[in-house]
Amino acid sequence: MQSLQTVARPEINLRVGSEGQSQDQSLDIETDSSVRLVQVQGVTKAFGVGPTALKALDNVSLTIRTNEFFTLLGPSGCGKTTLLRLLAGFEHPTEGAILLDNKHVVNDPPNKRPVNTVFQSYALFPHMSVEQNVAFGLERLGQRGPEVAERVAAMLKLVRLEALAKRRPSQLSGGQQQRVALARALAPQPRLLLLDEPLSALDLKLRRGMQVELKRIQRETGITFVLVTHDQEEALSMSDRIAVMDHGRVLQLGRPSDIYERPNCRFVADFIGEANVLPGSLFGFKAPYVAIRPERVLLSMKQDPENSGLPGHVVEVVYLGATTSCTVALQGGPLVKVERSDLPTGLVPDRPVICRFPHDALLPLES
Amino acid sequence: MRARVFDWRRMPEYRTISLLAFVFLYAPLIILIVYAFNANRAALIWGGFSTQWFVKAVLNDDLRRSALNSLIVAAIATPVSTLVAIPAALAFERGRFFPGRSTGEALIGMPLVAPEIVTAIATLIFFEAIGLRAGVGNIAIAHIVFCIPFALLPIRARLREMPRDIEDAARDLYADSWAVFSRVTLPLLMPAIVAGATLAFVVSLDDFLITFMVAPAGATTLPVYLYGMLRVGVTPEANAAATILLVISIAAVVLSSVLVRPRTVKA
Repeated sequence: MQSLQTVARPEINLRVGSEGQSQDQSLDIETDSSVRLVQVQGVTKAFGVGPTALKALDNVSLTIRTNEFFTLLGPSGCGKTTLLRLLAGFEHPTEGAILLDNKHVVNDPPNKRPVNTVFQSYALFPHMSVEQNVAFGLERLGQRGPEVAERVAAMLKLVRLEALAKRRPSQLSGGQQQRVALARALAPQPRLLLLDEPLSALDLKLRRGMQVELKRIQRETGITFVLVTHDQEEALSMSDRIAVMDHGRVLQLGRPSDIYERPNCRFVADFIGEANVLPGSLFGFKAPYVAIRPERVLLSMKQDPENSGLPGHVVEVVYLGATTSCTVALQGGPLVKVERSDLPTGLVPDRPVICRFPHDALLPLES
Repeated sequence: MRARVFDWRRMPEYRTISLLAFVFLYAPLIILIVYAFNANRAALIWGGFSTQWFVKAVLNDDLRRSALNSLIVAAIATPVSTLVAIPAALAFERGRFFPGRSTGEALIGMPLVAPEIVTAIATLIFFEAIGLRAGVGNIAIAHIVFCIPFALLPIRARLREMPRDIEDAARDLYADSWAVFSRVTLPLLMPAIVAGATLAFVVSLDDFLITFMVAPAGATTLPVYLYGMLRVGVTPEANAAATILLVISIAAVVLSSVLVRPRTVKA
């Protein structure tokens, strides 16, 4: 217990304007060990043994920085939750090492790691009040008395639940339970906060609100957040960096804009936002595929004398309010989706059109 | 037209059949209780209202001693079987796989499956073979064994439906194994533990066959004594004694449901 308390726990401090920080640090990550909080080195996790073993994680290596909002993004079954459980200590890797603050933690049980988790199901203690839930971790660390009460009050204030301190979890709405789970996990000031699809049980409007809240709380506490989600919009809007995962592997790791604007493979291009994936040969690329976002395709009704686009005909037009989505069948078969607010009027199915693909919007994909 | 969802309650004569079933189940109990207040010596000929048989039953030393034995046996068998059932339930539901786990599960549930007469004879022979002569203790040991699976049932069921996330969350919040158990698992299991103990108490209190076999002379329990009374001749005293046993059983169940009733919380 004592050793846990001696681990440096950052005091809550307001750090306004921390955006852009990740950009500054992006170069020295490999050399400057002070910003390296978590190092996952060649971690493989197999469930079962022999030929039937299921590899949930396959030789994953990544580094998580101090004070960043890091997201593990991927479809269900991609291994993101397994990686989270490995960081928390609920699972033991089959191979590889995990370092926290440059110390090996693979053999530490969850209660010996300065890491706390917000569970997908919230996992609140139903027999305790909101305050007792939040105080649980502090009391297990040996803290008592006014110190605990103060910290609990501060945490409930942080998540805006001061008024409900005496309630039981069963008397709270889903969104309120979510906040209690967050306050409970933040109270012991962990070095690392893990969030397992925390917003998936909330309805759309609450989810949007919580996204902003989570980001605010991460900034205010200065604690490193690792979020697991399958929602690419959530990942793009909240994260400093994103690791896109599939089949137990990290496919691409980078800032949201890197991943959206420069996907490195077909899966990432498809999974993050919408993308038209076309054969590279169509545009004279050596890469087998080229992706282009629907909002970057230009559409015109008549042949442009300077820039010869690709001819095709309209298949479907869907009005979406702010934008209109138009599906075009190019000559030779491939379908292209165009989604813009400035589409020409008079688009109807079977109408011949020209699609133009600005060269800087084409994203060559290796696989 | 949408087809109505099938519902047993809309079947013809649903009420009548249910009513008949209730009469069939409860009429004997009601008759037993009514005739306990019969003034007549002959058990089934009504001779006016009287509580004399209750007085007689309570003043009967043998009956009192056997009732006391019943309570002593249940008071030993209930906590011991429950205390064994709690770790057993944890091992089966939360523990890792260990060799012989499913065999153990089958063996511990044996008293539920094996014909009671077989268990009774086997226990009798076993006690004779090892020369165990502990009086009421003999009965208590036999009761502990067959009470364990009854105490285990609700505890296991509760553990199975209790999400592991909650215990994971406690571990994640720096609780060691003992703190997880004492602060989270045990409090959440409490209603099931009370239910299991109640089941064990009631099953122990009204066991006849096994007790009949293993009870040494002079250490009978109330059900066995009642059986003996009937062989001599049915008097309303037996009715009165049976009514007392029934009231104790019902009281135990009511008490346990009061104990586990969720406390109302001030909003």
